[in-house]
Parts: sequence; structure tokens; C-alpha cells
Amino acid sequence: MSEEILKSTPLEDRHIALGARMVPFAGYNMPVQYEGVLAEHKWTRASAGLFDVSHMGQARITGEGAIATLEALTPTDFAALKAGRQKYALLLAEDGGILDDWMVSRPEAEGFFLVVNAACKDQDFEIIADAIADDENGPPDELEDVEFEVLTERALLALQGPKAKDVMRELCPAACDMYFMDCGTFELLGETAFISRSGYTGEDGFEISFPAERVGDLWDELLSSPLVKPIGLGARDSLRLEAGMPLYGHEMDAGYTLVEANLGFAMQKSRLERGDIRGIDRIRAQLGGDLARVRVAIRVLAGPPAREGAKILDGDGEELGVVTSGVPSPSLGVSIAMGYVPPAFSAIGTAVQLEVRGKPYAAEIVSLPFVANGYHRQPKS
Amino acid sequence: MKFTKDHEWVRVEGAEAFVGISLYAANALGDVVFVELPEMGKTVKQGDAFAVVESVKAASDVYAPVSGEVVAVNDDLPNAPETINAVPEAGGWIAKIKLSDLSELDGLMDQVAYDAYLDTL
Repeated sequence: MSEEILKSTPLEDRHIALGARMVPFAGYNMPVQYEGVLAEHKWTRASAGLFDVSHMGQARITGEGAIATLEALTPTDFAALKAGRQKYALLLAEDGGILDDWMVSRPEAEGFFLVVNAACKDQDFEIIADAIADDENGPPDELEDVEFEVLTERALLALQGPKAKDVMRELCPAACDMYFMDCGTFELLGETAFISRSGYTGEDGFEISFPAERVGDLWDELLSSPLVKPIGLGARDSLRLEAGMPLYGHEMDAGYTLVEANLGFAMQKSRLERGDIRGIDRIRAQLGGDLARVRVAIRVLAGPPAREGAKILDGDGEELGVVTSGVPSPSLGVSIAMGYVPPAFSAIGTAVQLEVRGKPYAAEIVSLPFVANGYHRQPKS
Repeated sequence: MKFTKDHEWVRVEGAEAFVGISLYAANALGDVVFVELPEMGKTVKQGDAFAVVESVKAASDVYAPVSGEVVAVNDDLPNAPETINAVPEAGGWIAKIKLSDLSELDGLMDQVAYDAYLDTL
């Protein structure tokens, strides 16, 4: 057996110097925690947590055919995405299965900026390159003018929490004018930064794409604020689960569709009407009610945490499905989980049981998110 | 106090022994948020998984460091699992076992040997 050679982010030395416990994650040597998952989780909910997410893939698609390329792969209406806005998008397989989930920003009038999951990035970038090369995937004329660039020289930080804006106001005040899911190009420490007002914790916050060679300076600058602490992947997972956000490889993979994963919002009505979506027949059938399972949120009433793989049972002990993520919620003090059950058992308030170490424990289907989000949304006019 | 390679500790008092997880194990596990205690009166064999401690991230089995009958459990732990992080080798004890085979103790490490063992990890 050969030992896995782990890749590093530009901040690896800093994580180690801060005393982080490092673990292999998606092929990278990543910090799972610094002072402890509970403390880091609570700090992010109360102040501002700084996450190194440089392992994620970043890319840019520009040119006349950029929209056609992205729409050939996702069920998103990218033509309707305004400059300065961001969308959550799903990369679909030909049969409608989910191959990855992306954050796609449109920081300027032309061109799209993608952030993709670390474990999926090689696959995703190959699929995009193939789509551009393959004239059969769309009208050749539309796809001729497309530039696709993988941004290997950029790192990515996420600053998350109710006080993230107070920290950002000192460094890049203009970025604080953005609302949730806005994005833009800003000057930060003399460099060009692509910043979005989003994240994956349910909190207000920013994701900052920054030149890899200078990201250490930005990391140090952000951590110099008493409001900011470094946060590892452990708390990132418990935060996103409390926020009800599905994670690729857990709630989603090629075996699930967006209907089953309860991610219908990632498919625009205009695209559904046009019908030019991968796996459209399967998606339409499921929307029409031919659905065997659906993603739900589950709260354990009393008992141990139910982790990924735990069986979800009905009141009689019959197996309904399986837990895809589970964690003792640091904010709520009870255990929470997401998983899949038949639609008949998905109503809020339905009593179920979760099996942990062979014993069933009472639980119920609840609404998402588990913890209310703190997004800085644009006031409705 | 004696230790196992799986990072449990044993403190013998007469024919009975308090058992728990070592400071090293508590630190490695991180914040303990749930403890599943063994049942009172249960007979355990050395090496049996007899309790579970869970952090936010993961569940970990605790293996019985000695064979015998569980004669007491630390009832405070379910309500205050963080005690295991705070004082793992004292107030964070998990159970008290009535020893059925005293010779098993000879196979465990003393503090010096355990510290040396930790250096090899």
C-alpha cells in the first residue's frame, strides 16, 4: 500500500503553527479543528469564523457561449442571473443525477466565476471542457466563443458570522454594501479579490477569492481582529448541517436527483418549461409524484447522535431510509440529522425512529433550517 | 493507575476498579457531547466495547480494560459529558468494575510505560 500524497493549500503552515489538528480531506491536508469543534462552532455563530476553503475548485467561464455552456450542464437560468449576483447551481449527469453543487457568481457583465467541491473538481472541469469541445451538446455557433479557465493561482477564504461585516468594513468597506448572494470585484490589500456575500454556515458572511501567493497576508490580517478565530472543517460541517444545507457526497450524489434532494429551487421554472435539462423526463415524473424518497430534516427527541448510515425506522420498526448526515447540534443541544424517507413520511411532525448501535430512538421530522439563518438580505421594496 | 493501549485507565481500589479514558484520549476525541454508559450488573470481558463516548464529529467505543461485573456507573456523565474532557482521569470516570481476574492488571501499562507508549504514536 502506498501512502496517499496529500495536497496542501497555501495556508497549511499557518494551520499547523496555530495548532490545528490536520486530517486528509478530498486529497488535501486540512485543519479539522484548532481549539475544538464546539468552541469554534459557537464562535462562528456569535462572532466571526475564518475558514480556509482553498481546496475547493475555482474556475471562470467567459465569452458569448458561457451561458449556453452552463445551461447545458445545469438546470439554472443563467441568462436571468444579473451581474453582481450569485446562484447555487447543480451539475447534472445525463440521467438527471447530481454530479456536484456549485456556487456560480457573475461579478461583471460578462463571465461567470465558479466554486466547486474539492473532491469533484477534476471531474467537473473535464465535463465543462468536454461540453465546450463537443458541438453536439448545443448549437455550435453559440458555443464557439467560450473561454474556460481553471483558476489554480487563487485561494479561497470564508469569513462567516454575525460580526463578519464589522471585520470586512475595516478592510474592504465597499464589500459591505453587498447583500446576501451579491458578488463583485474589489481591491483588498492591493490585490484583486472576487468577493461574494455568502458562505455555507447559515450566517452572514463573505467568501473571498484571493491570489494564492498573497492569501497568507489576508489570513493574518483577518485573524489580527479580536472578532475573528480560525475554524476547522469539523465546525464547518456542524454549522452547515444546522443551517440545513446538503453536502455533496452525503445528501447528494449521482444516485439522487434534485427533486429527491429537495433542491427544486436550483431549477428555474423557465428551464423546466423549455425542457432542455439533463434527465428532464425523470425530473418531470418525480415532480408529478413518482417519487420514492425525499430529503428530510430529523430531530432526535432523546438519545445518542445518529450519524451517517443510521437507519430511519417508522413507528413499527420498519426501515424507511437512511441518515445521510447527523451531528449533536452545538446550538440546540439535541442531535439533528438529514436523511431520506418515502414522501408519505416526510410531513413535518411525523414520528420516526433512528437506529443507533442496534437500538431505536424516538425522533421526528422537522422543518429546515434547524437554526434560523442570519443572512444580510436586501430589504424588500 | 494503569493504562491500556486503547487509552483506557484503571484505578484499583481493593477488588474493584474505576475505569475511564485517558487524558490523551479525551484530548484526541475533542469535546465529548454524549456518553453511553454500560448497564449496571453487566459482566464484561477485557477488551469488550462496553461504553461509547461521542464528540461532535464521531462516536468512539470504550473497551473494558479489565474483566468483571459493572458495579457502578458515573450517572453524572449523561448530563455533563464535558466532565470527561475536564477531568478524564478523575471525575470523568465511566464505570466501576468488580475484578474477576486480578492477573489482567499485570498486562497493563503503568504511567511511565504509558507515557513512553504515547511518545511512539
